[in-house]
Amino acid sequence: MVVAAISLVTGTLRLYWAWLNGTRLRVYSSGRVCSHPAGGAATKQARIASPVFRQTYTLLALLAFTTTSFAATLAPDAVDIMHHRYEGGGMEIDGPSVLVRKSIGTQVSVTGHYYIDSISAASVDVIALGSSEYTEERTEISGGIDYLHEKTIMSMGYTNSSENDYEANTLYFSVSQDFFGDLTTLTLGYARGWDDVGQRGQPESEWEEADRHNYKIGVSQVITRNMLMGLDIDVITDEGKLENPYRRNRYVDASATAGYSFQNELYPDTRTSTAAALRVMYYLPYRASLKADYRFFRDTWGIQAHTVGAGYTHTFGDHWKADIHYRYYTQDQADFYADLFPFQNSQTHLARDKELSQYAGSTVGLGASYELKQGVIPGIDRLLFSVLLDRLDFSYDNFRDLTQTGHAVGEEPLYAFDALVSRISLILEY
Amino acid sequence: MHAFKLPGIAMVLVLLAGCSGIEPWVKPYERDNLADPIMSLSRHGYADTYMHHVYQAREAARGAEGGTGGGCGCN
Amino acid sequence: MIKQFKGLFALLVIAAMATSVQAENLEGPAPDFTLKSKSGENVRLEDLRGQVVMLNFWASWCGPCRQEMPHMEDIFKKYEKFGFTVLAVSVDENPEDANRFLDAVPVSFPILYDTESRVSQLYDVDAMPTTVMIDRDGNKRFLHRGYKPGYEKDYKKQVKKLIRE
Repeated sequence: MVVAAISLVTGTLRLYWAWLNGTRLRVYSSGRVCSHPAGGAATKQARIASPVFRQTYTLLALLAFTTTSFAATLAPDAVDIMHHRYEGGGMEIDGPSVLVRKSIGTQVSVTGHYYIDSISAASVDVIALGSSEYTEERTEISGGIDYLHEKTIMSMGYTNSSENDYEANTLYFSVSQDFFGDLTTLTLGYARGWDDVGQRGQPESEWEEADRHNYKIGVSQVITRNMLMGLDIDVITDEGKLENPYRRNRYVDASATAGYSFQNELYPDTRTSTAAALRVMYYLPYRASLKADYRFFRDTWGIQAHTVGAGYTHTFGDHWKADIHYRYYTQDQADFYADLFPFQNSQTHLARDKELSQYAGSTVGLGASYELKQGVIPGIDRLLFSVLLDRLDFSYDNFRDLTQTGHAVGEEPLYAFDALVSRISLILEY
Repeated sequence: MHAFKLPGIAMVLVLLAGCSGIEPWVKPYERDNLADPIMSLSRHGYADTYMHHVYQAREAARGAEGGTGGGCGCN
Repeated sequence: MIKQFKGLFALLVIAAMATSVQAENLEGPAPDFTLKSKSGENVRLEDLRGQVVMLNFWASWCGPCRQEMPHMEDIFKKYEKFGFTVLAVSVDENPEDANRFLDAVPVSFPILYDTESRVSQLYDVDAMPTTVMIDRDGNKRFLHRGYKPGYEKDYKKQVKKLIRE
């Protein structure tokens, strides 16, 4: 136990020292550091989401840590099984997720996570380019370790996400500290990602790279015995091949039958973004809670986005809870985005990826959960079964639906779609 | 950017941690409501983290989604 | 900015290394109180003068408190015959929450209800759980803040010491 603790601490300091020196850390199983990283920092569907957004999965590495621990105690041992399904905009993505957390001794907790996205896609991006529906699978595995010392929790983890044309690796490290009688929790995190971006059929030696750094700071503050507030700030920088190799943008071309032709996307080599979010949670005396949050986002590509959300949870009796929440998101476009460019190569950078356009999205979510505390099932301290449904609506202000034929060039209808996300989850604490 | 000032503030917080001058205004035995799972940011475990996947793949904005703190403050 | 971040990170790790006081020696008489117990009758601390008392403050919503209970039961069973008792004061605002936990994890030592946090304030409870060891003369002797697996060894040592006095 002592040996394990010492090697853990020296392993941690070694990683920290290497990071301070700006060393590029390649994660091979080191044997010194218990390698079961947790978190989900990786990519999503190759052709569906640009690498831009896949890279942001670094954040999930940090997220998985931050959302499972509380002030000064390690999260309880648990098995968290979920089935997820996304359906909308011509896409169906579903799959399982299994997360296992186990404590080792009194100060260490390790997690392992396995996740799959099974994708079949006939989205507007795929169809408009003349491709047919395709299927794909993305697998993500993570491992992490948390170490508790007095009022501090130190965590680190590793995630690998793999699909046939994209590979993402992320390493994260974070420290969380309680102050002022455990009323304040300060968390600092850093994640480093290495992505390999390719195209189907392309040999891996020709794949290009994209790297990212994610700096995170969060403060959580107990305001009253019924109210919590939190502030989170994330600064993320990406570098490398940031565009989606499958996406195309279009320019006016009188010689083409459609009146326009396609060309490759061309994004800047770097992107730095800052997001700051404020959230409040309030406990109502009849065992209910209210949540509200706001996030501001800005990046060097000229995109500004606002996210607001509100939620309410109600308890019925000893076992049942219901949730309802609403989220509204708006963004304006990247500087180099256009739905239709005037001619070929009209700008240094070109994008027609709808995720970089100007649009608004709203979500309405409902959830129901059933909880059993200890004493009912031998060996199980707590059981939580949840069914969660979310309806997402996206409505684009300057991205047009090219699958709608019979319109003049540049006057096709603006694109909009809705999607249904369902999650069924079972958490067993043992 | 204002974001850069926050590490400075946090540094001050860390240094203040050494001072015991500030009395906690919510006592440890008064944290029962804060310890209720409905006051947790991710009551549904990984299912909540998954929704961030969904949004990040479709939106340009990323980051500042998570958080710790609150809870029972035990130990 | 990155430099600031690194500096802050370093500071945080250093701050983390600093230990806070989880166990300490105490002096002076243990303040007297009377609370209602689970079995219905009132229990007064003064009445237990002559016995060693392990006064524990816990709550059903506190994970480490729940973890600690079985260990307290072991200690109680082992040393009760030497003039020792455990008083587990539940600070749950609603005693039903405490009772529900005890249905699943039954214990044989007295459970007291401090729903208005009077006694918690009297003893300056600043961590959950908190354990105060009181000797046969009614003086506070040892304090434990919080619970982590392994603390029960210290409890046993201190109980044995106080029993022998």
